[in-house]
Amino acid sequence: MEVERPSADVRPDLPWLTIVWNDPVNLMSYVTYVFQSVFGYSREKAEKLMLDVHHKGKAVVSSGTREEMERDVQIMHSYGLWATVQRDS
Amino acid sequence: MSSGFKAGRGGTVIADFDVAEVSVLRSLMAQILDLIEPGTTGDDPLERALGIGSSEEPTDPVLARLFPSAYEDDELSAEFRRYTEATLRDAKRADAQTMLDSAVPGRVELTAEQAQAWMRALNDVRLALGTRLEVTEEIHDEIAGMPEDDPRYPAFVTYDWLTYLQDTLVRALW
Repeated sequence: MEVERPSADVRPDLPWLTIVWNDPVNLMSYVTYVFQSVFGYSREKAEKLMLDVHHKGKAVVSSGTREEMERDVQIMHSYGLWATVQRDS
Repeated sequence: MSSGFKAGRGGTVIADFDVAEVSVLRSLMAQILDLIEPGTTGDDPLERALGIGSSEEPTDPVLARLFPSAYEDDELSAEFRRYTEATLRDAKRADAQTMLDSAVPGRVELTAEQAQAWMRALNDVRLALGTRLEVTEEIHDEIAGMPEDDPRYPAFVTYDWLTYLQDTLVRALW
């Protein structure tokens, strides 16, 4: 029996990412608070992510399936954070 | 001027507002409710039940900031928007309404749930105002160097007060 080879770029386990982007309005305290309460991160981890957003312009705040990342982005938008979904590359 | 929020008992937060402050807050929330129209869905009952609505990015920069694109790719972004924006609009309206209903002169005590709504609503109004005023991260220095007769001065001072209020609320909830 001839085995059909799956196409090379079908990688179902490839994680997707939620990216949060810097903006001049959102407060450092608020962004840290949102990362802690939405993702359950420690204050230390939430602060590090917030500082990455602030200094580097963006940070990966979560990773997982595409559905999970779309849900996370929806939650970020409900808090007014500027977030996008991206495939990890 | 209000000294901002403090933690109360059992997860509540407390603040004192004077009549003028409440009038500013209420007027801003009314403007947000005017700006963010209810989520509109198609006539199809199934689309309505699932909250499926418009897939077009808003042209107003304030609305574009409140409802940002979720993907760099336009097609994926439109699809995401179609399934989420109507729900997000309704959630932001509900937060603004909660703040409008509970902002009263004198002592304001908010439940944990109301406090969350205020926190998001204050952020939304700061995003709206900040986008209109084109604020930068140097806003404090900008205000400090701005003459009081500058036509932008009252709006910048209001923005700064909202920032202070939101920051005290976050810290009271922590």
